[in-house]
Amino acid sequence: MTNPWFHLDRSGGTLRLTAGGAWTVYHAGIIDAGLRRLEPDGAPIVEIDAGQVEALDTTGVWLLLRTRTQLANAGARIAAFEVPEHYRPLFQVIETDTPPPPAVVRTKDTFADFFERIGRATHETLTQAVGILGYVGRITIEWFKAVTRPQRHFRFTATVRQIEEVGINALPIVGLLMFLVGVVLAYQGSDQLKKFGLDIFTVNALGIGVLRELGVLITAIIIAGRSGSAFTAQIGTMKVNEEIDAMQTMGLNVDDVLILPRVTGLVIALPFLTFYADIVALIGGAIMCYFDMGITAPMFVRQLHQAINLDTFLVGMIKAPVFAYVIGMVGCFEGLNVERNAASVGKLTTRSVVEAVFLVIVLDAGFSVMFSILGI
Amino acid sequence: MAAPDPIISVRGLVTNLGGRLIHDHVDLDVRRGEVIAIVGGSGSGKSVLLRSIVGLMRPASGSIHVFGEDVLAMDNGAMRALQRRWGVLFQDGALFSSQTVAENIQVPLREFTDVPQPLMNEIAAIKLAMVGLEADTAAKYPSELSGGMRKRASLARALALDPEIVFLDEPTAGLDPIAAAAFDALIASLQKSLGLTVFMVTHDLDTLHAIASRVAVLVDRKLKVGTIDAVRADPNPWIQEYFSGPRGRAAIGATR
Repeated sequence: MTNPWFHLDRSGGTLRLTAGGAWTVYHAGIIDAGLRRLEPDGAPIVEIDAGQVEALDTTGVWLLLRTRTQLANAGARIAAFEVPEHYRPLFQVIETDTPPPPAVVRTKDTFADFFERIGRATHETLTQAVGILGYVGRITIEWFKAVTRPQRHFRFTATVRQIEEVGINALPIVGLLMFLVGVVLAYQGSDQLKKFGLDIFTVNALGIGVLRELGVLITAIIIAGRSGSAFTAQIGTMKVNEEIDAMQTMGLNVDDVLILPRVTGLVIALPFLTFYADIVALIGGAIMCYFDMGITAPMFVRQLHQAINLDTFLVGMIKAPVFAYVIGMVGCFEGLNVERNAASVGKLTTRSVVEAVFLVIVLDAGFSVMFSILGI
Repeated sequence: MAAPDPIISVRGLVTNLGGRLIHDHVDLDVRRGEVIAIVGGSGSGKSVLLRSIVGLMRPASGSIHVFGEDVLAMDNGAMRALQRRWGVLFQDGALFSSQTVAENIQVPLREFTDVPQPLMNEIAAIKLAMVGLEADTAAKYPSELSGGMRKRASLARALALDPEIVFLDEPTAGLDPIAAAAFDALIASLQKSLGLTVFMVTHDLDTLHAIASRVAVLVDRKLKVGTIDAVRADPNPWIQEYFSGPRGRAAIGATR
């Protein structure tokens, strides 16, 4: 197809615009600017001849009509407007429906918008905080109901299903990662302590580090990424699909059916996962100690026995259900906040993971402060 | 019945989905400038046929030619060239939810042309007017629109590049009867003035009577193609039930 063209002839008081070539959307960029600059330049009469146009689509029609209007508005009289006969119907579509000046697509950001956005974000954060408080209260009440009248409110099968999903199915990934964490810790520890001839204390550092802090913390972060996000995505998709609304109209309690099994399942599963994570990390560390420093398994166990006591282990374990509760609650809460569009699910899933990891680390710091005050 | 120059030509199409045979050697010719409606029961594979023709699904065997070119043996470049010659209207509109209606309409323009932004805005406004939407719809997001408006906006996007074929997947599903009739009228008028070929999957008997030039019924994994009257004479029980059931009779009554 040939490129579109137009040229102008002036004879006396008449400006004649002849157009030809393919006036289609693919080539419109070539002539658009030139047509926009067009002025009658004092010519009182304008004739437009598009009889030689080879191909025309709605964009080409629009360009011709826009030019005509533009010249007419500049004070010229349109004496002739010729178009190929078989394109007439196309002109009718646009002519009858020609829109008023085209709509603005999206306004540019101004300086005032900056303040507006700050205000909106602040308001949203506060609303979110109030919302999550109300939600925690509601779920707590539901939980008490479930405990006092389990046969009516507690979904046993669903809870077991969740324990399988968030606990048992997470064993491979948690195991692999914690094994590597144990290996890395032992390696880094031995590297430093060797310099002082204190190789054996690597075991102390490993035992205390894993049992008190890292075992539970890393497991919780993995689970926040794996299950917290899954909760948000599942519940969010159900929200998009109107399944939550369907449940409510059938008289099902969404908290009982969806939230309690998930949160309860996670609270039960995470302590077990943490215990498993602790053991695997210690095994990883023990293997590294053997290869790096020749500390055999009996030596490792003896040293570990001296380094830690039951409290060390319990300090880590006590955090697990708390972290699980937070991860589960945040995941479900954000899921229920999803709006009925596709982008919302992704946005809130991301937010759920970020919030859960943030809260887990903040709580961990809080626990550390508390334990140091208690002197444990 | 083979027309001299079919714009879409399907031969011996076999589709298997999850071990279930959906299409068993289906043949179909669509002529330039006609409105063909594909009807059939739920799950009979109407949408699958549409998705196969536009290249979203690969059939087990058979050939599909659009504009005389083999869709199944096409590299990406040729496919892109083909894709700008058709527009697809999905069932729920499938507008990109993160973009305004105007930006949605401009997606194909941005992808395939070098139209400057001011002209692009004008084109979006024309297309919106063509499908009967207010100019202020341009700045709205899909989530702010009703179902009928979403379909119109999606049709505007499908028409952005002035395609030769539009594929419509259940264009009137989920619309109230008045909106559905208006949508039928819209498609009919656009089809006439733009010279479109319309390939439409539908359940709607009113749509069928209002705008379809030919009907293809998908029954027992085969296609039966013809004018409405010819297809209605088919003794197949599903076809009889479809056209002569209470809804079918009402739709015929309405058009007479």
